Amino acid sequence: MYWNQHCECMPQEQLAAVQLERLKNIVERVYHDVPFYRSKFQEIGLEPAEINTLDDLTKLPFTTKQDLRDNYPFRMFATSLSDIVRVHASSGTTGKPTVVGYTRSDLNNWSELMARSLTCGGTIKNSVIQIAYGYGLFTGGFGFHYGAERIGSTVIPISGGNTRRQLMIMKDFGTTVLACTPSYAIHLAETWENLGIERSELKLQHGIFGAEPWSEEMRQEIEKRLGISAVDIYGLSEVIGPGVACECQAKNGLHIFEDHFIPEIIDPVTGESLPYGEEGELVITTLTKEALPILRYRTRDISILTKEPCACGRTHVRMHKVMGRTDDMLVIRGVNVFPSQVESVILEIGGTEPHYLLIVDRKGSMDELEVQVEVSPEMFSDQVRGLEDLERKIRHRLQSLLGISAKVKLVEPHSLPRSEGKIQRVIDRRKI
Amino acid sequence: MIKQISLFLENKKGRLAHVCRVLGNEGINIRALSIADTTDFGVLRLIVNNPEKAYEILKAHNFAVSMTDVLAMEVADTPGGLAGTLEKLDEAEINVEYMYAFLGTTSQAALVIIRVENPEKAVSVIRRAGINILEGEQVYSL
Repeated sequence: MYWNQHCECMPQEQLAAVQLERLKNIVERVYHDVPFYRSKFQEIGLEPAEINTLDDLTKLPFTTKQDLRDNYPFRMFATSLSDIVRVHASSGTTGKPTVVGYTRSDLNNWSELMARSLTCGGTIKNSVIQIAYGYGLFTGGFGFHYGAERIGSTVIPISGGNTRRQLMIMKDFGTTVLACTPSYAIHLAETWENLGIERSELKLQHGIFGAEPWSEEMRQEIEKRLGISAVDIYGLSEVIGPGVACECQAKNGLHIFEDHFIPEIIDPVTGESLPYGEEGELVITTLTKEALPILRYRTRDISILTKEPCACGRTHVRMHKVMGRTDDMLVIRGVNVFPSQVESVILEIGGTEPHYLLIVDRKGSMDELEVQVEVSPEMFSDQVRGLEDLERKIRHRLQSLLGISAKVKLVEPHSLPRSEGKIQRVIDRRKI
Repeated sequence: MIKQISLFLENKKGRLAHVCRVLGNEGINIRALSIADTTDFGVLRLIVNNPEKAYEILKAHNFAVSMTDVLAMEVADTPGGLAGTLEKLDEAEINVEYMYAFLGTTSQAALVIIRVENPEKAVSVIRRAGINILEGEQVYSL
């Protein structure tokens, strides 16, 4: 089943022609409307007119998350603020988030892409879809919401958290499609087992899970425990949000919607383009975005692309489930966390040494973050209360910066690992 | 006034033994101790025979350590002895932040270690209330 058979099953030559036309257009636009790109082009002596084939893509400069931060909040936008109808943001390293904007047409395209993705995952007009992604600055909740409304499904915008209420509504409203992070899906199943809810009381059939990396083993676990068909959805706010790519029912890679994006795989060290079938960093160029067109965005996600025909009939290239990161970013309960964010909090508050360790674990099915930080010998006083205040201060600051709760544990000076080379700041005990 | 050594300890197997071993190896004798603990960590407070040396040793072993002024107060070693002393402190409006017992005794009485706000000022008030406060040297050598 397709949402837009014409686009999703377009012959590859025709798709390439659409891509080239849109690429030339977007290159022209960023050159004229985004000072950041114009100066990048001028630095490397590139004229928009030099982009004449899809292979010319590699002449274009990369864009990184840092570029978005440097141009905080709106300087990467290609349209005036009056044409922006929505902004979203993700948490930043130094308190400043990465901001993304959407015009009316962008929201329209995003809804289309999410409608395609949800259809891939088994959502139809008669579905009752429970959206347990967070609504707010995070793109998850709203992305799914608009896609499901586009299809005409019955939308339950319940947002994240409050598991018992989620289950009550799932049962009473007859939810057929669940959208949330894969770890939360497992948590829901565990909770209904504990509450003694019988599977026969639920009408669940399909699940569309994303916002954190998960393995094939995790899929099997989810499908078995929840008794549903589960697919993986991929996206990132800098590109558009969820809906960049989604698995079809063949569950053999995620189709990247190539009429809106051009994906590449590069060597993360040299930046060189790699052929289909090779593992490397996924890079994405947007083709239709108006508010925030992005050239060659370095996602830092590791994957493999394949052009092999898919059983579902879609012609769009498939990416392998994300296999890892090229940086130290962690995804905890669907939230992106960089160790450097934790570091900035620790340094800002003081009273501790700049030696810290992040321990991520999965208790039951929920991710837990523990931050261990060394007490500073200079700042140590005799007071227990002072130490407890310090823990509390760090915890509150992390909560407000990252949006997730962390356990803070003070440890003795010199008790955390030291290293001459690349220091280990993270222990990830989760099996994904 | 006597010098108390405080140090930060994780609630982890073997930590307390480690501190005691480090001090023991250097000939430091522990005369009194208390531990204030939370779920994850504790603050160990010690009265030793040579506080300056103990402080340097612990610092050299990378402990988070600090020195605090506390008072060693004589208390009658009879039922109600401590109650009577504490009542006197109350009357003198001296607030005890924490307190613990000393291992040894003087010839006449038991000893307790107390931490109060502004210990220097408190000494004379407490003495005026009729309570004996020992000097550091008297305590370290007990």
